Amino acid sequence: MSVLNQSGWKPEMGPSGDTKPATFTGNRALMLEEALIFEIGTTDTTGVDLPEVGGVASRLGGLERNRTIGLPGLSEPETVRHYTRLSRQNYAIDLGFFPLGSCTMKHNPRLNEKVARMAGFADVHPLQPVETVQGALAVINELAVWLIELTGMHGVAMTPKAGAHGELCGILAIKAALEARGDPRSVILVPESAHGTNPATAAFAGFSVENIPATSEGRVDLDALKARLGPDVAGVMITNPNTCGLFERDMKAISDAVHAAGGYVYCDGANFNAIVGRVRPGDLGIDAMHINLHKTFSTPHGGGGPGSGPVVLSEALSPYGPLPFTERHADGRYSLVEEETVGERHPHSFGRMTAFHGQMGMFTRALSYIMSHGADGLRQVAEDAVLNANYILRSLEGTMDAPFAHSGPCMHEALFSDNGLADGFTTLDIAKGLIDEGYHPMTVYFPLVVHGAMLIEPTETESKATLDQFIGAMRSVVQRAKAGDPSLKSAPHHAPRRRLDETLAARKPMLVWHETEEAVAAE
Amino acid sequence: MRYLPLTNTDRQAMLAVIGAKSIDDLFVDVPAEAQLAGPIAGLPNHASEMAVERHFSDLARKNMAASHHPFFLGCGAYKHHVPASVDHIIQRGEFLTAYTPYQPEIAQGTLQMLFEFQTQVARLFGCDVANASMYDGSTACWEAIGMAGRITKRHKAVLSSGLHPHYVSVARTMAKYTGDTLDAALPTLSPTTDSARLLDAIDGETSCVVVQYPDILGRIEDLSAIAAKAHEHGALLIAVVTEPVALGAIKAPGEMGADIVVGEGQSLGVGLQFGGPYVGLFACKEKFVRQMPGRLCGETVDAEGKRGFVLTLSTREQHIRREKATSNICTNSGLCALAFSIHMTLLGEKGLRGLAQANHALAVQAADRLTQIPGVELVNDSFFNEFTLRLPKEAQPVVRALAEKKVLGGVSLGRLYPKATDLENGLVVAVTETSSAEDIETFATALKEILS
Repeated sequence: MSVLNQSGWKPEMGPSGDTKPATFTGNRALMLEEALIFEIGTTDTTGVDLPEVGGVASRLGGLERNRTIGLPGLSEPETVRHYTRLSRQNYAIDLGFFPLGSCTMKHNPRLNEKVARMAGFADVHPLQPVETVQGALAVINELAVWLIELTGMHGVAMTPKAGAHGELCGILAIKAALEARGDPRSVILVPESAHGTNPATAAFAGFSVENIPATSEGRVDLDALKARLGPDVAGVMITNPNTCGLFERDMKAISDAVHAAGGYVYCDGANFNAIVGRVRPGDLGIDAMHINLHKTFSTPHGGGGPGSGPVVLSEALSPYGPLPFTERHADGRYSLVEEETVGERHPHSFGRMTAFHGQMGMFTRALSYIMSHGADGLRQVAEDAVLNANYILRSLEGTMDAPFAHSGPCMHEALFSDNGLADGFTTLDIAKGLIDEGYHPMTVYFPLVVHGAMLIEPTETESKATLDQFIGAMRSVVQRAKAGDPSLKSAPHHAPRRRLDETLAARKPMLVWHETEEAVAAE
Repeated sequence: MRYLPLTNTDRQAMLAVIGAKSIDDLFVDVPAEAQLAGPIAGLPNHASEMAVERHFSDLARKNMAASHHPFFLGCGAYKHHVPASVDHIIQRGEFLTAYTPYQPEIAQGTLQMLFEFQTQVARLFGCDVANASMYDGSTACWEAIGMAGRITKRHKAVLSSGLHPHYVSVARTMAKYTGDTLDAALPTLSPTTDSARLLDAIDGETSCVVVQYPDILGRIEDLSAIAAKAHEHGALLIAVVTEPVALGAIKAPGEMGADIVVGEGQSLGVGLQFGGPYVGLFACKEKFVRQMPGRLCGETVDAEGKRGFVLTLSTREQHIRREKATSNICTNSGLCALAFSIHMTLLGEKGLRGLAQANHALAVQAADRLTQIPGVELVNDSFFNEFTLRLPKEAQPVVRALAEKKVLGGVSLGRLYPKATDLENGLVVAVTETSSAEDIETFATALKEILS
């Protein structure tokens, strides 16, 4: 039986088969369905009052837009309610534990939001004369200094817009350095456990990508890597700590071998949270590393962005970094090196990666976070993040298969596989079972080196009580998967939606709203 | 250390469960020589909320905020009034602190918003489909050029001289490494754009023509002839919109035959923010959807037949396709897309058209007033809310002198094109609904004083 009411909300049967009475609206108390703006708004409605401006003769070049655009409006009360209702269908860190491996879903301090909104930062134009934005340039510069000091590197490119953009920055710097010495090389080596952005970035920059095998411990196979190095290898891209949650013990040896063979070392810094304040990548021979400010430095993920991906660079690569950047002069004044002054100040730059000067709104937030923690607090961040992950690893290794548990302590995240589940039960079922328990699932099916991978990153901003409850829930869900509990196959039962048909979405893509044929016919 | 909930008692109990004596035992895989003994020397230790806030207040005061002064800057970033409810909604934790909606059963809020956003952008641009956002306009523009290369299997892009110079620079950087060639030129201070040059340059090797609309100097021209010529030669037309409010007044690029339309969405909801984060808009014809970069949200049903939304067509993306992906983009600009979408919902078509009308009317008034100053000439035949003035002397020192008089009076072309002496007298002036008649008068008076 599937009867839908007008807003498409069908009363459901509970998992134990008990019937809940249907409601007239299809809503269920605090769980309120919400239609699309195209279904509830009209093109004649507006939620803003506009200034009265006298009519003038149009100078639009005869290109007036006469046809209906089809943009519905809502009054302000309806707008606030529409988005508030939508918001309540989202899981979020503010609501509960969000242990997505490699994503570092830590608490987002509200002080960061407050300072980012100060008019002197939020309400300045990127092309104002530099004399009128000295405070904004100071923020960029102060953050740059912190990032250089925390990583032990020589320079930093602040403009990349997110992690993948930062990867591109590092890879282009490597390419520019190779070109400058007349040594074109065509291959970038990437471990199988790498984030998908690594091979995508290297391929975009025109490199061919080759895999580096891993050892049974879950680390880069140093001997295999050394055997592959040669005059065609431009560099390696290595994530450290890696996506199996392990520190690459041989990192310095890897760097030395790559350098000896004439290549460069790119480090994916997505997992910097595990080592901030305890290890400086510069001491491990890294040439370039992006830092996701939206991971380690707590700027909000915002449902998919914006991020920010500054790239720290070694002395060898710094001359090739992108425009623009800030400079602090002896008299305390800041200037901006951009196209205007690049000739004399930064002649080897590979160029510009984005309009303007980078993610200012993320710089203020990240600097606010960094200053709040300070050098001592950031070290504690790494220690607590690693402690929390190891607590989860050791608490769950008796219940779940932890393929690298024998490799030693994990860093900031703990990796499990689907080994041992009942026939027909998968990692996806565990993820959906966790949703019913009130958690956002961990990262699933990544890294690719483990079957049915489940990658759990608790971060340092979770209490022991939260971890204990999660461990209990995880044990319960895994036991159900091992016992073949059929109700787990149809989880989630308590979320705003049941499992969604992703195959249908891809086979017959509906990416924008269209009025239904009946509605069009009725007009 | 107010963001860390663990107590020392917790830490000891947890170490005992793990079977470690101290936290150092958990870092044994880090070689001793790479371990720092304690907090990094020379950096300050933790600070209270009050101390941090004070530091930022002091720095913020050293900047001239746009709202505090007569303000006329544009060139790819525009000051519009953002309704208070926009910033309130985007600060709801359920939006602010959510991740990319990979678990759709508990991310319908973000997903439905993205579906609405995609529809709004597609309609605004006059296109069939739009994606869930890019980093900003400049990177969206480059991605569009890359996409045209994949579709046409050609690698020569013809760029209009009216394309924002930062967008050209980004394309140049990328093209150096992808082997694409760019046919670009500097603009001239003339009433019309260089469409004649574009029409001449299109040939059987051309992958795409890239035209900004309105262009960097504010000029507006019909794209139909360029679209027709491009299509005749198997090339695509990419239109770039840096001021989406304009499309409440002037025809959409899609209506004039553009195949891909990209833009900067900052004008709606996002604010100036010294250049970022902004939100890249990306729309195209439906037949090209599988070559698009970035995330796409699509409609589907759940196991009970209820409508729901998911991220879809992800076999284009890096987390599935790795080195064969259409782009390396992962994180996009989700929260700025939400801000854009809320602002657009508040406006609706009626509000957008009214806003566009107010912008145009004020810009016309400002252009008329400023050209009364002796020696100041209007370059444009057509414009929306931004136009270029030819001053009797180099504009960059004039802009600095205006700032000393507490007027933020436009962008000098010398800032954007440092070596182009033909352009150095050019001043690009943007006028939005936030500029009052009094602001325009203050600007005109100050400019007259500086020029006399």
